[in-house]
Amino acid sequence: MPREHTPRVIGNRVLLTLWLAAAIGVALLPFATLSPNRLVSGQPVMLWQALPVWQLGGLGLIAAGLLLAALARPLPPRAADWLGLALTLPLLGLALFALGDYAQRALAEASPAARVSQGGAFWLLLLAAALIAVDALQRLRLGLLSRALFALLALGLIGACLASDLLAPLSLMREFANQRDIFVAQGLRHLSLVGGALLPALALGLPLGLVATRSRRWRDGLFSVLNVFQTLPSIAVFGLLIAPLAALAHAVPWLGELGVSGIGVAPAIIALVLYSLLPVVRNTYAGLAGVPATTLEAARGMGMTSRQILWRVELPLALPVILSGLRIVTVQAIGLTVVAALIGAGGFGAFIFQGLGQYAIDLVLLGAIPTIVLAVIADFLLQLLVAASRPPGTR
Amino acid sequence: MSVAANRTGRLRRAAAGNLTLALLALLLVGLTLGMGQLEPLFRALFPDLSQPLYSRDSFLNLMLAHIGLVLVSSLISVSVGVAAGLFVTRPAGREFEPMVSSLAAIGQTFPPAAVLAIAVPLAGFGFTPTIIALSLYGLLPVIQNTIAGLGTVPASTREAARGNGMSALQILWRVELPLAMRVIIAGIRVSVIINIGTATIGSTVGAKSLGTPLIAGLVGNNLAYVIQGALLVGLLAIVTDLAFERLERRYSFGG
Repeated sequence: MPREHTPRVIGNRVLLTLWLAAAIGVALLPFATLSPNRLVSGQPVMLWQALPVWQLGGLGLIAAGLLLAALARPLPPRAADWLGLALTLPLLGLALFALGDYAQRALAEASPAARVSQGGAFWLLLLAAALIAVDALQRLRLGLLSRALFALLALGLIGACLASDLLAPLSLMREFANQRDIFVAQGLRHLSLVGGALLPALALGLPLGLVATRSRRWRDGLFSVLNVFQTLPSIAVFGLLIAPLAALAHAVPWLGELGVSGIGVAPAIIALVLYSLLPVVRNTYAGLAGVPATTLEAARGMGMTSRQILWRVELPLALPVILSGLRIVTVQAIGLTVVAALIGAGGFGAFIFQGLGQYAIDLVLLGAIPTIVLAVIADFLLQLLVAASRPPGTR
Repeated sequence: MSVAANRTGRLRRAAAGNLTLALLALLLVGLTLGMGQLEPLFRALFPDLSQPLYSRDSFLNLMLAHIGLVLVSSLISVSVGVAAGLFVTRPAGREFEPMVSSLAAIGQTFPPAAVLAIAVPLAGFGFTPTIIALSLYGLLPVIQNTIAGLGTVPASTREAARGNGMSALQILWRVELPLAMRVIIAGIRVSVIINIGTATIGSTVGAKSLGTPLIAGLVGNNLAYVIQGALLVGLLAIVTDLAFERLERRYSFGG
């Protein structure tokens, strides 16, 4: 082993790679862009042009600290990982503060129509902070709860920046301020579409999964039909539902009065349910099929009825797998709801497609960023739920 | 006896599957080339529409553009994804494995449509942002399954190969990759199917695809356009998925 002869210089090659990639990106990409009005594309402003000396110094200190955390000496590995993790929060805070601060100063001298937008280097600093944190959390082998705590800290920091007027001069935040009421309405619409699809999907999918465990013939047919739906592009399903639903609403007037029509919420929810069924059914089946036969035998031997076995043995043991299915469909439904905006169902996707139509990038981001944040948070929360549902001793 | 019965059953099902695939592929080609012949049908179905057949471009062109988008992006995803998966499972790159795995997992929670939208401020409108978004998104399942597939190769198998005097490269080519191939192909399948769907939405950022008539129909309230686009792209996805299913089955050992 050559490593024992030559002392290692680099303790954390992942951190070093991230550090180098971020440094190169920051050197090449603009930190912000300044444009005379919202229609003209902006002038790039590099990091060293945008930040005053004290902020550059702070960033340099953080960079030096991260470099130290990547080296094998003098810090012991665990301390180095803690240092890396701890430094991601000031990195995140400084990037946000510097952007807002620059926007404030730049706009004070410019015309009222001028706009400041975030540039590639800003996103890269945020991404680097996130990845360094992920790496450090993995190396420290912290549990899910400590990770949640750290994520909460980072989210709190971002939330504080958004709540204060720090970022208000940014073009994106101005767009948000203009659209605040619509934003809240579309956000609620997005959530209610996801919720409105998940409830029927669970109500249908759980019994179907149970049927699949009891009958092989049903299982094969069910899975091949549901698999086809998962394969079809979402926009095609949304589109193909329009004509039949419009015809149905026309033929059955009271359905039309209830709000069923070719476009809008009805086809969106139907399509989302169809997409959500396969993961729910598959995971319910997998969870129930995974209960050991000896366990069932023991339960029967104790004199439990088959209903008792289902409720007290099979379902509790299958719960983590079923909830993993719920995690998949929730994340999937949040993403598919974006596309549902194309058939007039609303949600954050409405901002995205409106923005794409008008070449208004801020509007696109106003739709895309919350959707991504929503999906990542939902994924993490359900991951916590899955972990909590595991029977003690198997966690 | 039951093993033999099982086997003939499986063979029969495989033959039926081949027939389905061939028929659907034929239907796909027929509809792509002959959608124009169906104009009377669409005219009868939608008497209110003055233009019941999408005619701004031929469906063959749209189909080829769509397949082109998916093919180019999938080639990038597969080559980069498999390379990355190989790198992080070799001794030199093992340190990067947890980071790459969690990136692939977190990245897949991002909605494809949002990724496509975010590519626009980076690369403008048209073919390029669509290719960037499709390749990046398609990368993730390929990486994940390459790592998972190589992870299923038992250490004892690798040990035996080494004991036979095989070099590390030989072990990779002749033992690890063939054993991992089924899982890797499953990842490519997921990636290609997602990309067929996302390429459809690509027409909202200005890339020509089968989504072009679909979106034009949604915007212009022309249901016939919607159906024409949706039918073709849906068929394309199903045929591709079935073809991958065959391919995957070819690589399952001792199934």
